[in-house]
Amino acid sequence: MKGARASRTTIALKLGMAVSGILFLGFVLAHMYGNLKAFAGHDAFNEYAEHLREIGEPMLPHEGLLWILRVGLIAALVVHVYCAVVLWRRAARARGTHYVMKKHTGATRASLMMRWGGVTILLFLIWHLLNFTIGKVNVQGGATNDPYNLLVDTFDVWWLTLIYIVAMLALGAHLHHGIWSAAQTLGWTGTAAKRQRAKTVGFVIALIVTVGFSLVPLAVLAGIITK
Amino acid sequence: MKLTLKIWRQSGPTAEGAIHTYQLDDVSPDMSFLEMLDVLNEQLNDQGEEPVAFDSDCREGICGMCGLMINGEAHGPEVTTTCQLHMRSFTDGETITIEPWRSDAFPVVKDLVVDRGAFDRIIQAGGYVSVNTGSAPEAHSVPVPKDDADRAFNVATCIGCGACVAACPNGSASLFMGAKVTHLGLLPQGQPERDERVVNMVAQHDHEGFGGCTNIGACTAACPKEIPLDVISQLNKDLRTAIKHGH
Repeated sequence: MKGARASRTTIALKLGMAVSGILFLGFVLAHMYGNLKAFAGHDAFNEYAEHLREIGEPMLPHEGLLWILRVGLIAALVVHVYCAVVLWRRAARARGTHYVMKKHTGATRASLMMRWGGVTILLFLIWHLLNFTIGKVNVQGGATNDPYNLLVDTFDVWWLTLIYIVAMLALGAHLHHGIWSAAQTLGWTGTAAKRQRAKTVGFVIALIVTVGFSLVPLAVLAGIITK
Repeated sequence: MKLTLKIWRQSGPTAEGAIHTYQLDDVSPDMSFLEMLDVLNEQLNDQGEEPVAFDSDCREGICGMCGLMINGEAHGPEVTTTCQLHMRSFTDGETITIEPWRSDAFPVVKDLVVDRGAFDRIIQAGGYVSVNTGSAPEAHSVPVPKDDADRAFNVATCIGCGACVAACPNGSASLFMGAKVTHLGLLPQGQPERDERVVNMVAQHDHEGFGGCTNIGACTAACPKEIPLDVISQLNKDLRTAIKHGH
């Protein structure tokens, strides 16, 4: 191919997915840490939420750092979804005629769920932002200006907790394959030992994220975290 | 052994294809899979039917011609080529579904025969080293570390059969490209063209209509030469390096 550009290849799209995915991972881990503050009680949780808005003051305006992070995350989301859509359509075109019989020898279930799992996480993300950030929906009709109380009111409802648990399982599966896949895409897994290490790291982080995020909703439902 | 065979029949590249069912008695477990198809074709000839077209050449597992999708697995249930697969890997009375490789970059020519010319064009795009021909150079004039030489040799065993593409849910040829990029990238002779090689091969791969890799690993599980997934990491690393070098 004369005049071929590396930045126009499918691998460049994969690099886009890997880098944006790593940004999400950093965010998700920090978010999980913040959530676990709920175990420290009403005041500690709300102070943490307020402090997030004050980081960098007076160098930065109120909520300054938060907005820098939000813009970065939105950009990462655009890159991640754009690359996923292009690669998904490419993959669909690459096999126009399907097999009558196909086994997925050598594939993990998580690796085959990446695309629909990603759609699940995206739908969850929309609801989650409506729930806690943009809309602040309190299905119990209580106050929405108190982060801790909104959290307790939300997860006291069993079906809301269920939605969150299902979403965290989807996120865990996505990370289980996504983390090692990102390492492979970035070219960090050039030997069998490194590949195994990347897969182990991916599984452990996925487990930490799923359990870490599920603890708070389950603790609310179980009456351990109360108003 | 008695077998029920469900085979994809398609009279030409643009013809509509369908699965046809055949009964085959007296199959010996010691037959190779291709010999079993030979027996079927003799039977079809006797009945005045068109024999099933399938590719084969060396029949000793080194040429890469004989790829078939057998019961949903590229080259069938064993880690080997279709010609080296034997009927003892199946059970008496079993139904076996046989299809061609499914990839829009590998169009069906007839029945089970596909055109793998896309692989040749990927190799032509960069899977080579440019050297002056002439008398063979002294073997020790270019030292290669033993580990590198071994690894280069192991991944150079790729026979271009296309099982990786056939098995990949995305129809990607990344394992094939990775094997060649790793093979040549490990050797001193491969260095001068290293950046152009990976960029041109991947661009040709995309142009042919293969899909992108999602690191599922179905390719390496199907590979009769057991090319490891590491080569795709190397492929990605080489492309990333080429981007850094401004390609």
